[in-house]
Amino acid sequence: MSKARTSFARTGAVHVALIAYTLVALFPVFLTIANSFKSRNAIFREPLAIPTPETFSLIGYETVLKQGDFIGYFQNSVVVTVVSIALVLLFGAMAAFALSEYRFRGNTLMGLYLALGIMIPIRLGTVAILQGMVATNLVNTLTALILVYTAQGLPLAVFILSEFMRTVSDDLKNAGRIDGLSEYAIFFRLVLPLIRPAMATVAVFTMIPIWNDLWFPLILAPAETTKTVTLGSQIFIGQFVTNWNAVLSALSLAIFPVLVLYVIFSRQLIRGITAGAVK
Amino acid sequence: MGSLQLQSIRKSYGGHEVLKGIDLEVKDGEFVIFVGPSGCGKSTLLRTIAGLEDATSGSVQIDGVEVGHVAPAKRGIAMVFQSYALYPHLTVKDNISLGLKQAGVPKPEIDDKVRKAAGMLSLDPYLARRPAELSGGQRQRVAIGRAIVREPKLFLFDEPLSNLDAALRVNTRLEIARLHRSLKATMIYVTHDQVEAMTLADKIVVLNGGRIEQVGSPMELYNRPANLFVAGFIGSPQMNFIDGEKFGDSAKTVGIRPEHIGLSRDGGKWKAKVIHVEHLGADTIVYLESDDVGPLTVRLFGEHRYAADDVVHATPVIGGLHRFDADGRVINSGQ
Ligand SMILES: Nc1ncnc2c1ncn2[C@@H]1O[C@H](COP(=O)(O)OP(=O)(O)OP(=O)(O)O)[C@@H](O)[C@H]1O
Ligand SMILES: [Mg+2]
Repeated sequence: MSKARTSFARTGAVHVALIAYTLVALFPVFLTIANSFKSRNAIFREPLAIPTPETFSLIGYETVLKQGDFIGYFQNSVVVTVVSIALVLLFGAMAAFALSEYRFRGNTLMGLYLALGIMIPIRLGTVAILQGMVATNLVNTLTALILVYTAQGLPLAVFILSEFMRTVSDDLKNAGRIDGLSEYAIFFRLVLPLIRPAMATVAVFTMIPIWNDLWFPLILAPAETTKTVTLGSQIFIGQFVTNWNAVLSALSLAIFPVLVLYVIFSRQLIRGITAGAVK
Repeated sequence: MGSLQLQSIRKSYGGHEVLKGIDLEVKDGEFVIFVGPSGCGKSTLLRTIAGLEDATSGSVQIDGVEVGHVAPAKRGIAMVFQSYALYPHLTVKDNISLGLKQAGVPKPEIDDKVRKAAGMLSLDPYLARRPAELSGGQRQRVAIGRAIVREPKLFLFDEPLSNLDAALRVNTRLEIARLHRSLKATMIYVTHDQVEAMTLADKIVVLNGGRIEQVGSPMELYNRPANLFVAGFIGSPQMNFIDGEKFGDSAKTVGIRPEHIGLSRDGGKWKAKVIHVEHLGADTIVYLESDDVGPLTVRLFGEHRYAADDVVHATPVIGGLHRFDADGRVINSGQ
């Protein structure tokens, strides 16, 4: 009985801690969304209040949708993020498979080299990247952003995925070889399904910085047709006057695609598919 | 259909030589068992035969054809792994049929073969399930089913029963023996289990440290071990080894199996004290300490009322002696 009580106390403590953390994490989101539905005066008078019939206003959303091609910015953000994630996952997983599955000279060195990017921020190379993009006529294209983000996401992806691939049993891959699967089929049909949770983790970690990035869109693709949401929202932040209604509305809108992607990936995080493959 | 020749197979990982020259001939339809201590290279040898590892040197021939550069799927082999290695995201039916699909066998034929294999292994009720929804024994049967449908010339089993409990192990062992008789296929089987080795094998290959110590039928190995290693490895409890001098023999070491020593309270060759007794029902194992020849293990059939600290007399059975020279090789084995 005392055991039951301590474990109850412990779960209680854990829950309190987690709930507190959730509240802290959600508070800014709540504030953003709540204030995006208020008039300008109400935002400044009572920033913490939720919208009431008197203070309710859609002026921010109207501004956002009227000014600039906001739908277009969204499309750009989604295209860049989704394509980058897809490329990071594909190339990251392939590199990880080669590193974990095949013994070749320089294997460890290659792994270290590929992981180096985790520690060195890609922004250090901004000037060189810009020069390269100018030389290849890629400035003001989404391709430029996709290339940079793919490079930025790969090191962590290779690192995490190769650790996971080492855990896939050799016997399973060998069984595939005896059944006549090619190395590609073993990769795509046996290994990838088994490391889906790791892929989802990598996807989430890759997605957030890409979606939120302001640096590279500003430098590599600031044209009207290639602006991303984050960059597009900046027009409402002036040096002297900031249109808070519009900024908050733009941010609120920008949260949703991330949420949708997150829900998609987190469903993949369900474990247990490997159970029963290997004792 | 299904013979195998290995010629001076060597395999190194980095600088570490795991297989040090293996020569072996397996005839069509034989059931050959590899035994040996952990890490002696049994699995490596099996993987080399399968083509999952390339030998560093030497040649592998299946049915007289050199297969050194043939892919595993094209060698006409099937392998059953200790860890089952079922595809976790496929149903039992898809697990069994993947190899056939991959080989481009027409669908009706696949269905037919899967049905036959499932019938043979009583897997019919489980065909639509995934591996996670099966018991250990059922999973192992699926793995065997996956091997059967390929109709290989050569079956390779790597400790297929070691994850099963004792009762299931006996059943599956019988099933494999039955399978061998009905398929008449050549089988190579790795095991740690002496009983499996003695009961299933036509021929046992004893490996140690990457070398073959002896090849022979179970009774040959039991009755005429070629050296100390095989003598100690085959048979349970282990053979007693007695210093030649203490025994009063010119050989360096004399071996006597526990079942070849008689015990008596009245008199005999060596006087000894009982250290411990194990009553197994059908057998009684008596551990002795003798001043003349050191520790002895004796296996008596049936029940015997010996107890610790009893003083008894042990006498070796005539003809049960194995004599070994200083290099551990047999001089003149017992009849
Ligand atoms: N991929 C590998 N790289 C390096 N060394 C290896 C590799 N695979 C096996 N070895 C080594 O080769 C030796 C033989 O291994 P193997 O798996 O063939 O042993 P085994 O006889 O099957 O043992 P067990 O009975 O425990 O399964 C071991 O010393 C092992 O450390
Ligand atoms: Mg092994």
